[in-house]
Amino acid sequence: MSDEHSDFRADLRQYLTGFALALALTLIPFALVWWNLAPRAVALWIIAGLAILQGIVHLRYFFHIDLSRQKREDLQLILFSLLILAMMAGGTIWIMANLAQRMG
Amino acid sequence: MNGQTQAGGILGRLDLQALPFTQAIAHPGASELIASGAAAIVVLGAIATLAAITRFGLWGAFWRGWLTSTDHKRIGIMYIVLALVMLARGVLEGAVMRAQQAFGLGGGFLSSDHFSQLFSTHGTIMIFFVAMPLIAGVINYVMPLQIGARDVSFPVMNQISLGLTATGAALLMASLVVGKFSTGGWTAYPPYTEAAFNPGPGPDYWIWAIVIAGVGSTLSGINFAVTIYKERAPGMTMFRMPLFCWTALCTAILLIFALPPLTVASLMLALDRYLDFHFFTNDLGGNMMNYVNLFWLFGHPEVYLLILPAFGVYSEVIATFSGKTLYGYTSLVVATMAISVLSFSVWLHHFFTMGQGANVNIAFGIATMLIGVPTGVKIYDWMATMFRGRIRMTTPMVFSSGFLILFVIGGLSGIILANPTIDFQVHNSLFLVAHFHNVLIPGVLFGMLAGYNYWFPKAFGFRLNERWGRISALLWIFGFSFTFLPLYFVGLMGMPRRTLSYSEPLFQPYMQVALFGAFLLVAALAALGVQLWLSIRQRDQRRVFAGDPWNGRTLEWATAAPPPEYNFAVLPVVAHRDAFAVAKENGRAYLVPERYEDITMPRNTSLGVVMMLASTALGFALVWYIWWLAALAAIAIPVALIARSFDPDTHRTIPAAEIARENRAWLDAVANTKAITRGDEDTARNTGRAAPEWEGATP
Repeated sequence: MSDEHSDFRADLRQYLTGFALALALTLIPFALVWWNLAPRAVALWIIAGLAILQGIVHLRYFFHIDLSRQKREDLQLILFSLLILAMMAGGTIWIMANLAQRMG
Repeated sequence: MNGQTQAGGILGRLDLQALPFTQAIAHPGASELIASGAAAIVVLGAIATLAAITRFGLWGAFWRGWLTSTDHKRIGIMYIVLALVMLARGVLEGAVMRAQQAFGLGGGFLSSDHFSQLFSTHGTIMIFFVAMPLIAGVINYVMPLQIGARDVSFPVMNQISLGLTATGAALLMASLVVGKFSTGGWTAYPPYTEAAFNPGPGPDYWIWAIVIAGVGSTLSGINFAVTIYKERAPGMTMFRMPLFCWTALCTAILLIFALPPLTVASLMLALDRYLDFHFFTNDLGGNMMNYVNLFWLFGHPEVYLLILPAFGVYSEVIATFSGKTLYGYTSLVVATMAISVLSFSVWLHHFFTMGQGANVNIAFGIATMLIGVPTGVKIYDWMATMFRGRIRMTTPMVFSSGFLILFVIGGLSGIILANPTIDFQVHNSLFLVAHFHNVLIPGVLFGMLAGYNYWFPKAFGFRLNERWGRISALLWIFGFSFTFLPLYFVGLMGMPRRTLSYSEPLFQPYMQVALFGAFLLVAALAALGVQLWLSIRQRDQRRVFAGDPWNGRTLEWATAAPPPEYNFAVLPVVAHRDAFAVAKENGRAYLVPERYEDITMPRNTSLGVVMMLASTALGFALVWYIWWLAALAAIAIPVALIARSFDPDTHRTIPAAEIARENRAWLDAVANTKAITRGDEDTARNTGRAAPEWEGATP
């Protein structure tokens, strides 16, 4: 019983930590925009970086993906998907931008 | 909604003019007669099939045993039957095109519109409804047996995938009888396929056949990948899987990532055509170059997802018929994975000449050349497997040898084309046509036919006729060489692809050699039919119930032929690569299990058939603007899915006693089967049990 109880406590702590981090990572970009804290270009880069962090927080605290051995397969699948999507999206942007530039 | 889409009436824009027969009566000519002849063959073939099923009272068996089956083996076989039917149409279309070009000096006998339909349907059929169902069928049949599973992870979804693929094929067949197919090639590039230039039903047939079948293929990819990750037998680690399963896994992953761009691109084209969007139009901000980009974002991984399972088949076939363990297993796995990743980095080589800068071109050109490296590794691994093996030149080995020689030529011409400066000279010429047929026929088709010959005895319990198998294999090899090798030369001489007629007399002798090759290919197709027919007639002398006719190395040979519905009475425990070969050598094959347990298998369901009928109705209605039918079908699909989810009784349990009885009967038969040496492989003495061979045959 006590094991189950402490498991529950550990889970709860994890979810709450995740929630707090996710909330913080959401509020900072809003704050940046609302109070004009940084120049536009800088703000965009910061928001993009925070969005990536946000994704990692979700994977770590809500999907329980970490660096442990039994999660290796899931982690590999996620990284592989990211690699392929990056190649597809990045390649498309590169090609279409190049075409647009030469047409213009 | 534009003016054309409002064409009214209960049948939308469908009228008698859509039938080729009406056209043939109104304007008789060679093209119209060929078109209505082909349509008549489709209609008569369908009627004859239905009549035969009725005549022999097989509707019940057909419905219960096949159409509603969730058994991965049955579904796999149905995929392959579909592919072979479509292959017949595709080969014949190719032969008609070769005939046109052989007589095309200043004319020929086909109208340009008919010729354009031929190359469009030929390409669409061969890629989407021959190659794709062949790989889906072979993976479906073999992969779960090889990893020691009872079925795929999602048996009902598997059935739906088959239904959606069949829908696409049905739409293509329908286009032969009702209306016309697209004339825009298998790639259907806009703006030519936009409503402004092509308001007819042709491009719509293409779109809906591709979208619906593409969804089915994506689902297949998910199914295969999950099965390999989750359903492996105890002890079957990833690096103990047979190589075919590795290629199946990589293909599944490619399916998941590569099909969506195609589905998206063709749906965007549909939005352009039906609802006046401007994604790919000439004006109002459309950009047709993005279609080309999206299409090949799918199109290049596509060719690798077709070739990888064929590589897997060659790996199994060459190891088995050389009597050796596969050379360089790890390097083959790494090469397969490298090809999968690299295949997403080369798509631009399909449109080097579209206008992007030289830096972009050369980056993709180099990536394309790189992909030749892992492929070369594989070729050397197969040759090293054969080196000092005791090779039996069975039909699958004839196909594999033809593949090794011809595929290297095709691969090398690909490396030539990977250089953008050369591509600028030969793109859109018959050189390109020669190249991709040179990789697709000796690569994919030979691989799948080798697999068909290799696993047929497992699937049906009797061996195929070897003599006719070899005749057919040689005809395929020589037919291919005569048809497509001359095209390299005319391509370099400057003959464009998709040409109806030409004025340069130099081309004609090459075209006539190619026509001779096309005859050999039609003969090869006929020989496949003869082989099947003879084998069925001689089946009683060819039975291999014990299940191991080739002294196989992997788990699919460790069960009866044909295997029971549940594949293995007791799931095998795996400790080695080549698990069955090791078990045979250690005397641990065919052990009587200590105890049997109940097995739960999915029940039959008609959901796949319902989905097929509804999606066929949806596709057909959308092509012909029959809006009420499209709406009905579009509602029927989610309703059927939700209705099925309320059925709690989806599985049935096979009692342990029944399994014990079947398994003991098989084990008794195995014990009473005389083990044969490999010299007797092609004789009636081969009833499916192999005598031990020689030292060093197992790792």
